[in-house]
Amino acid sequence: MSDTRLSVFKTYKLFVGGKFPRSESGRVYEVTDSKGRWLANAPQSSRKDARDAVVAARKAFGGWSGATAYNRGQVLYRVAEMLQGRREQFVREVGEAEGLSKSKAAVIVDAAIDRWVWYAGWTDKIAQIVGGANPVAGPYFNLSSPEPTGVVAVLAPQDSSFLGLVSVLAPVIATGNTAVVVTSESAPLPALSLGEVLATSDVPGGVVNLLSGRTAEIAAPLAAHQDVNAIDLAGADGVLAKELEIAAADNLKRVRRPQAVDWAAEPGTERLTAFLETKTVWHPAGAGGSAGSAY
Amino acid sequence: MTTMPTKFEYAPAPESRAVVDIAPSYGLFIDGEFTEAADGRVFKTVSPSSEEVLSEIAQAGEADVDRAVRAARKAFASWSALPGAERAKYLFRIARIIQERSRELAVLETLDNGKPIRETRDADLPLVAAHFFYYAGWADKLGHAGYGPDPRPLGVAGQVIPWNFPLLMLAWKIAPALATGNTVVLKPAETTPLSALFFADVCRQAGLPKGVVNILTGYGDAGAALVAHPDVNKVAFTGSTAVGKAIARSIAGTDKKVTLELGGKGANIVFDDAPVDQAVEGIVNGIFFNQGQVCCAGSRLLLQESVADEVLDALKRRLSTLRVGDPMDKNTDVGAINSAEQLARITALADSGEAEGAERWSPACELPSSGYWFAPTLFTGVTQAHRIAREEIFGPVLSVLTFRTPAEAVEKANNSQYGLSAGIWTEKGSRILSVANQLRAGVVWANTFNKFDPTSPFGGYKESGFGREGGRHGLEAYLDV
Amino acid sequence: MPITVPAHSPEAAARLASLSDATASDSALRRFLHGLPGVDAVGLEGRAASLGTRSIKTTAKAYAIDLAISMIDLTTLEGADTPGKVRALCAKGVHPDPLDRTTPRVAAICVYPDMVKVAKEALGTSGVRVASVATAFPAGRAALPVKLADVADAVAAGADEVDMVIDRGAFLAGHYLKVYDEIRAVRAACARPDGTSAHLKVIFETGELSTYDNIRRASWLGMLAGADFIKTSTGKVAVNATPPNTLILLEAVRDFRATVGVQVGVKPAGGIRTTKDAIKFLVLVNETVGEDWLSNEWFRFGASSLLNDLLMQRQKLSTGRYSGPDYVTVD
Repeated sequence: MSDTRLSVFKTYKLFVGGKFPRSESGRVYEVTDSKGRWLANAPQSSRKDARDAVVAARKAFGGWSGATAYNRGQVLYRVAEMLQGRREQFVREVGEAEGLSKSKAAVIVDAAIDRWVWYAGWTDKIAQIVGGANPVAGPYFNLSSPEPTGVVAVLAPQDSSFLGLVSVLAPVIATGNTAVVVTSESAPLPALSLGEVLATSDVPGGVVNLLSGRTAEIAAPLAAHQDVNAIDLAGADGVLAKELEIAAADNLKRVRRPQAVDWAAEPGTERLTAFLETKTVWHPAGAGGSAGSAY
Repeated sequence: MTTMPTKFEYAPAPESRAVVDIAPSYGLFIDGEFTEAADGRVFKTVSPSSEEVLSEIAQAGEADVDRAVRAARKAFASWSALPGAERAKYLFRIARIIQERSRELAVLETLDNGKPIRETRDADLPLVAAHFFYYAGWADKLGHAGYGPDPRPLGVAGQVIPWNFPLLMLAWKIAPALATGNTVVLKPAETTPLSALFFADVCRQAGLPKGVVNILTGYGDAGAALVAHPDVNKVAFTGSTAVGKAIARSIAGTDKKVTLELGGKGANIVFDDAPVDQAVEGIVNGIFFNQGQVCCAGSRLLLQESVADEVLDALKRRLSTLRVGDPMDKNTDVGAINSAEQLARITALADSGEAEGAERWSPACELPSSGYWFAPTLFTGVTQAHRIAREEIFGPVLSVLTFRTPAEAVEKANNSQYGLSAGIWTEKGSRILSVANQLRAGVVWANTFNKFDPTSPFGGYKESGFGREGGRHGLEAYLDV
Repeated sequence: MPITVPAHSPEAAARLASLSDATASDSALRRFLHGLPGVDAVGLEGRAASLGTRSIKTTAKAYAIDLAISMIDLTTLEGADTPGKVRALCAKGVHPDPLDRTTPRVAAICVYPDMVKVAKEALGTSGVRVASVATAFPAGRAALPVKLADVADAVAAGADEVDMVIDRGAFLAGHYLKVYDEIRAVRAACARPDGTSAHLKVIFETGELSTYDNIRRASWLGMLAGADFIKTSTGKVAVNATPPNTLILLEAVRDFRATVGVQVGVKPAGGIRTTKDAIKFLVLVNETVGEDWLSNEWFRFGASSLLNDLLMQRQKLSTGRYSGPDYVTVD
């Protein structure tokens, strides 16, 4: 093996419907590291890419939300397994993307792997802590259960290109939602590489869709899209976030506003419950009367 | 043009034994190592379907119990101090390795227990892995479980499990105990020690720190010594009600917490509007799954009198397709009884049924000449006054009683010192919920039976024990709350 | 007096008459059908899945493969069917494996009515029957006289069997007696001048009936009206024969024979592509109704591509080698 061997550059693609297409617009933009050196060209998604991603996410929703919680947990754990196997690759990519030393990048990647494990363990428990029987004042069985809301648009954090990304994506899909993710504008590469991991983790196509490009450009059609049920504005700054929230009101999307987050801290359950609907079912039950129960 | 109807006979379809390698002998697993018993005693474990000796196993005595508890205590400090996320990852590793070795462990369990490979392969092993997966996920989320912001473990858990679902009962005990930060000493039943010993090997492959899990193979005396050991903080027992009561007495006045999962005499209630074909499957599953050696078996069939004949005809017809035989054959439905002792108990109780005037029926079946076998059996004309309606038989024997109204069904179902499980078969939703409301049983299955899931709490009322295993509720037993 | 008679025998009519109260009016028929035991879908599907785990190997597999081949109604129901295509299919049905003459013949060739004559000529005295779809198959949406003319045409052309479709719209709208009367009219139209009758299979289109309760009710309705066979589906819709919906039909014929003393056949059709699938169905038959139904007089597979998979599996059993598409013929 010669020292002067030329490496093969990776062409970064979007991840939509389980496949790796280029942007339909044919555009790319330059991605640089923290010192301004060129890293790669990334697809510059258009609103049509966003539209196609929503179609893919909607198509995948029935199967993913209908899978057992156990099955979803297995899939999320598999993502952690695959990511663990590619630890070195991601340590390098995160280091380059965020200008971090190898050891600092390693801390982030390890935390991201552990975050997938954390969420893998939530799939079959969240219903037990947010749902339950309600003791109504009448002869009725009454049960509240959480259900996933549907297709969730997620604006990944701009600065935390990997740990932040995983922290906003995993809770959305853990409960059965499907996601259209707008990656960090300046640091999209770790996210696009995550697509490779998802593709080999038995994640059904369309459950996660990754779009790189100009955040404002693709977030706008997503926030206005009538077939998107919720939007996480983590990657939007104050001005943009307000515009998007206004657009989202047209079909009353569930909106999660941006806030400062320590991505290293334990996430709590708020990101899980933000994208759940509560369904309450009643049925006559009766305590069984005295002289021969009515039933 | 027509071909004559012919019999469709299933050729032998044996699962291969080659997937599992059973050593001629095994030691106790204490502090990460396999060792002989301190006094060198051993016992043999046999395959109940053939009486073949499978292996020679170390028999734990008091000294071994003491050493194991001390190892568990030593390991407890660092194990409980580990961040939950790290404990979780050990348990996830264990779950994954169990999945990988599922076939091997299923064959092993079938050989040692006598139950059909189809059950170990399709029921036991998937549930074993699922329990470890489920509780792995709780290890770093205990603050969200409804027990306060930082619930602490108890310490060393002494766990004694029965022979009917050896590896599954081990999973029910060890998974929540470890997830919550406890360390364990577990004693499997003397007739089914092997899967626990293989589990010890799984722990080693997963890199589990020494002393966190200790396996003491042996007899009831080792179990009693474990329960009585002063440095055990938590006792968990699944087994007979009689032994459960003895344990409750022996730990009285101590600080030890205890959970007991004991016997049952489950009532499977079939109403006149039941979906008949599915109800018949539910009845069959309820009493012949695992050869009826199940604490929550639907061992009393309560049939609404107006449909009794019709359902019984359908049931008898269905029983004639049950395949009894070599548990290693993939088409076997009903395997061997676990031991000569258990066979004797079943036989004696079944004989009492005849003696007390109930009518006995079995489908025609050819039982193998060696091994411990009991044909699926039905008793009709049973009343609550019969021994076979009252006492747990723990075998493939169904007692059939009738009732006239839902109120009478509930009354008869509850008329028992036990309260573990019940079944309700009806197409009417409000009847399901109303009857379920009134049944004094910890698990009620409506239009189904013998369904288990790691997320679903399991346990009994009354003399079927107390405490729940599975679900968020299952954490409580292992936390200092 | 025999305990059971086949549905196509003259004695059957008298036995069916014993239930004539149930068919006296639309409301009587509704009460009867809605009074049948309900079906729990999860339990039913669980039972079918459990029987699907039976391990059928070696001699049992060889038996099942040959039995399955002999039960096939080899089918072509395409707009593009031509006499050439039908003749090729008939040749294949008579000699499915050119390299192995021990291979059983199929039970029948199933075609549209205007291909019956071609098929009859091509099959000659081989013993393979001609089944014809009729009654404006597959949708069944035409006036009754048109549907009956369709039947008469097929019978006159020489069809041994007629596969009719019920009016699903009428069924779902609750007009049970209309469905019943139509089946009876079709049955009458199956009669030949010499006093014999083409055997009648009644297709429910289980995918459109949608619920298992509906499938059970349709089964009883079809049998009360004199079906010789009850059949799941046309094979022309998204969901055709499945183990659970076929299990319902098997339970129905079992209960019908026990109640009325008349034996009716069962035919799942469409979506059965592999040997593995076919064996699952045979296990269902074996463990639900037993050996009395294990022949092509009482059980058929409506299939086309299934045959080649059965042949490849047969070749594997006899040669020990996995086979390939080059070793089975295209029809």
